[in-house]
Amino acid sequence: MGTSLPRAVLALALTVAVVGAADAAQRKKPADPSIWEPTRRAPLTEVKGDPVRGRVIVIKKGSCLTCHVMPIPEEADHGDIGPPLATVGSRYTPAELRMRVVDPKVLNPDTIMPSFYKSTLNRVAKGLEGTTFLEAQEVEDVVAYLSTLK
Amino acid sequence: MKTSLIALAALFVALAGSAAQADPPFDPKDPKMAPYISGDKRSGYTFAEPETRAMQDDEFLNPASLWVEKGEALWTKPDGKANRSCSSCHGKAEDNMKGVGSVYPKYDIHAGTVINLEQRINMCREKHMAATPWKYESEPLLAMTTFVKMQSRGMPVQVQIDGPAVSYFENGRRFYYERRGMNDLACKHCHEDNWGNHVRTELLSQGMTNGFPTYRLKWQKLGSLHRRLAGCNEEIRAEPYPLGSREYVDLELYLAWRAQGLQVETPSVRK
Ligand code: HEC
Ligand code: HEC
Ligand code: HEC
Repeated sequence: MGTSLPRAVLALALTVAVVGAADAAQRKKPADPSIWEPTRRAPLTEVKGDPVRGRVIVIKKGSCLTCHVMPIPEEADHGDIGPPLATVGSRYTPAELRMRVVDPKVLNPDTIMPSFYKSTLNRVAKGLEGTTFLEAQEVEDVVAYLSTLK
Repeated sequence: MKTSLIALAALFVALAGSAAQADPPFDPKDPKMAPYISGDKRSGYTFAEPETRAMQDDEFLNPASLWVEKGEALWTKPDGKANRSCSSCHGKAEDNMKGVGSVYPKYDIHAGTVINLEQRINMCREKHMAATPWKYESEPLLAMTTFVKMQSRGMPVQVQIDGPAVSYFENGRRFYYERRGMNDLACKHCHEDNWGNHVRTELLSQGMTNGFPTYRLKWQKLGSLHRRLAGCNEEIRAEPYPLGSREYVDLELYLAWRAQGLQVETPSVRK
């Protein structure tokens, strides 16, 4: 910490995303080597993700629209902090999407995107300590929904 | 070819997304904006809606005037066992409090630590008036802080960060860059990396502190910087610190340094 993430890096991340090549090597800080561990990418539960539930989670509990423009026209005011996700399912495999939802910091340690399945966070509000942003099955549902965005 | 078409479409969606949210007008060359800019630094005023700016500009429309008046009345009101008022020792605030608010938080030899303006005022109440200190975020403390800070309006924020203030400043800096809460965010992710972008509809500013205490339309009242900091912590589901805590005073010093050069705007009006 302490080093400021230049806006250019964010712009780069956006460009990379738009062009459709998520080349971790292009990023400024080296990615966490554990991203290559197969367990990182394996489904978190036995139950197959449900894209319909995933869409609801994306809107409500996941608050993804805070930062992303998504093909969810009934919701107003999508944020523009992250790249649009309209075609994200055609650019990443479910395993790659899961990794980005579970803990995007393995790819970009400085990202603003929350880690949705991580329980070792700093100074979490009382009552929420040790819990995760989304539950395992909810992550699977979100991944299933994102995979439909082609 | 196909990739670039997709890219174009994606870009279009992105642009459409942001165009739907019309930002308040801001032209850095507009002479009316000059008092709210210093180099790359922009006061929250420049990110505010024109109606909100107008409210701040007009003494009669500015709802914070109520607190300014309360502060002015308290300035000359004797209190405590010593039966003294602020004016007994400090005379006219317009003369003797000018340029005081713009240099806080500041290392205080009597306190032996860095203190903010609220704490300095309370020190005077305890030591010099034998009066009970006002509670943080209480009406009289908000009113007096606003009244004193306002005497520096138009003067640049100018805090000392070297000498005895160094370790406090470093603590504040560390806080600013440390991730916290369920959303796992540091201040810098929103106010340094993403100002000018939107979290849903909300346009992110640089998180400057030169206008505090501030009247927030959402609060329907005037509030301290520490209240805002607690809000920014709670929003990302981080456990906030108590108002007036060591952590927030240190952070306040770091934030004042970030705002260094911007003019004191107290009392500002924000959404
Ligand atoms: C606080 C803002 C924020 C929130 C909330 C957020 N993201 Fe992100 N997301 C980003 C940013 C910024 C990126 C760009 C990559 C980076 O920063 O490393 C990103 C990247 C992504 C990517 C990769 C996109 C690409 O084209 O490479 C996916 C997929 C993604 N986010 C999904 C989600 C989902 C699903 C949610 C909700 C469960 C979510 N995000 C919530 C900010 C956010
Ligand atoms: C009995 C006299 C006395 C009274 C009454 C008094 N003060 Fe003070 N005040 C002082 C002294 C002495 C200092 C310290 C000056 C120094 O340390 O440089 C001081 C310092 C201050 C400072 C900091 C000035 C600076 O340059 O940093 C502020 C602000 C202040 N007083 C506000 C108030 C307010 C508001 C009240 C009324 C609630 C008040 N004082 C009442 C004697 C008094
Ligand atoms: C999730 C994003 C986010 C994070 C993280 C965040 N804030 Fe904010 N902050 C906001 C929003 C939104 C506002 C209101 C709009 C604006 O001024 O940016 C705001 C407003 C402010 C303001 C008021 C600015 C003014 O002009 O009145 C200050 C000061 C501030 N934040 C400081 C901080 C500090 C210090 C931290 C870290 C403890 C922090 N914020 C963390 C989103 C955030």
